[in-house]
Amino acid sequence: MTSYDIVIVGGGPAGLAAAVAAKKAGTDSILIIERDKELGGILNQCIHNGFGLHTFKEELTGPEYAYRFIEQVFDLGIEYKLDTMVMDISTDKVVTAMNRTDGMFQIKAGAVILAMGCRERPRGALNIPGYRPAGIYSAGTAQRLVNMEGYMPGREVVILGSGDIGLIMARRMTFEGAIVKVVAELMPFSGGLKRNIVQCLDDYGIPLKLSHTVVDIEGKERVSAVTIAEVGPDMKPIPGTEERYTCDTLLLSTGLIPENELSRNAGVSINPVTSGPIVNEILETNIPGVFACGNVLHVHDLVDYVSEEATRAGENAAKYVQNGCKEQEGGHVIQLKATDGARYTVPCTINPERMDDLLTVRFRVGAVFSNAYVSVYFDDERVMHKKKKIMAPGEMEQVILQKKKLAEKPDLKTITIKIEAE
Amino acid sequence: MEKRNLTCIGCPMGCQITVEFEGEEFHSIKGNSCAIGDRYARQEVLKPERTVTSTVIVIGGAKERTSVKTKGNIPKDKIFACMDEINKVRAQAPLKIGDVVVKDVCGTGVDVIVTKNCEIA
Repeated sequence: MTSYDIVIVGGGPAGLAAAVAAKKAGTDSILIIERDKELGGILNQCIHNGFGLHTFKEELTGPEYAYRFIEQVFDLGIEYKLDTMVMDISTDKVVTAMNRTDGMFQIKAGAVILAMGCRERPRGALNIPGYRPAGIYSAGTAQRLVNMEGYMPGREVVILGSGDIGLIMARRMTFEGAIVKVVAELMPFSGGLKRNIVQCLDDYGIPLKLSHTVVDIEGKERVSAVTIAEVGPDMKPIPGTEERYTCDTLLLSTGLIPENELSRNAGVSINPVTSGPIVNEILETNIPGVFACGNVLHVHDLVDYVSEEATRAGENAAKYVQNGCKEQEGGHVIQLKATDGARYTVPCTINPERMDDLLTVRFRVGAVFSNAYVSVYFDDERVMHKKKKIMAPGEMEQVILQKKKLAEKPDLKTITIKIEAE
Repeated sequence: MEKRNLTCIGCPMGCQITVEFEGEEFHSIKGNSCAIGDRYARQEVLKPERTVTSTVIVIGGAKERTSVKTKGNIPKDKIFACMDEINKVRAQAPLKIGDVVVKDVCGTGVDVIVTKNCEIA
């Protein structure tokens, strides 16, 4: 069986940044396994700009951002396999994969970095009534068709869900001559970034209807009309508010789900809130030597944060193999909890002896909060209290913990992040 | 005096900016957290601009299309004219990031450039 110090599953933004960081940290034996025909992952179809403001201090398109990392993978001579699908990862880190040239093969890995990204929520998971004609696509599928394959999925479009991909596709379809009639969002707030509502909808006069959902799809062969209706606080459609739009296409932008089938099979514990692995301060899962980063860990809205997180995963994986793949012992474990409006935290636990001097804890809120406070409690003592003008579920938040502050509290058991009105 | 509320598109923060102005004279710009917001607010009120991104057909390439962008912002009212120009392009492979496929698109002084490498088939 061939063996590598580090096997990275996925050659998108997370896998690329993790590989580059691990190599720079001194580990040479690295293999990236990618199922698509090229490196770059989802960035290849995200041809719009707005990537990289944090990382490169300039505004890049998705493919340009990806290439900054792909180029480093080439220059550093990091090995990768394309068109290769990982079938299984075992608890003792044997990776089973297959492709057309090698057939089925196994690799023994010192450490594994999970970087598989996420998948769109499909129609089947939404319970939309109506017929099942052609012309219903997830927004990301439409994005791939338009931007990479060169096909227009339709001419008259209704979009359900106001996630960023849906908003971006409203503009993209408009650019290519389609008429986007309306974007309906079930929640009373958009799941996308504010800038995308402005530059993708408002710029082209596309209405965004909050608290609305699809109640009927018409069409036997192809979509011919979609009816939307307002929903009440119970999320149920309000009779009499129906509006019918003739159209040939319905795009769904209704959320992303981390793709963790491989992780689950390997025995990785999953957080039911994020659908991603439960990780500690070094982004390691419950299986020693298996790390996770990027959208497989929790769905991000900025690729810059994916790169940052993946860099840490890469460095930590390198450290793990350089220490002889031994589980680090000692130190106590502090639990991280999210309550009162905060939905989850990444990481979920911290070993204060192993943590970096500064540790970024990322989280999301469950509703829109204006002029509220992000508070951090060390057990019952409030140690951080920061006012934020606006917080929304679509935008990831963070707090930064200092190692020296944690060291002052040797008996600390729980760190709680919550949202407070004052 | 005119008052406008804007959402900055300069970065994902999306600052809510309030601009007070008269003609081309600015009385106040409030709510932005950096210089990008100030620049955006002035530009947006007087002459709104956007970057256009799309794809072009590639001849003789390993892929049938590759992605492009306007190298800088162009006036908002030229977006669709710019798209027409981009859709006429037949670019010869190989193409590298930064290669110009349309020079001075629609008289804006801005070039349309390649954003993804495309090898020869």
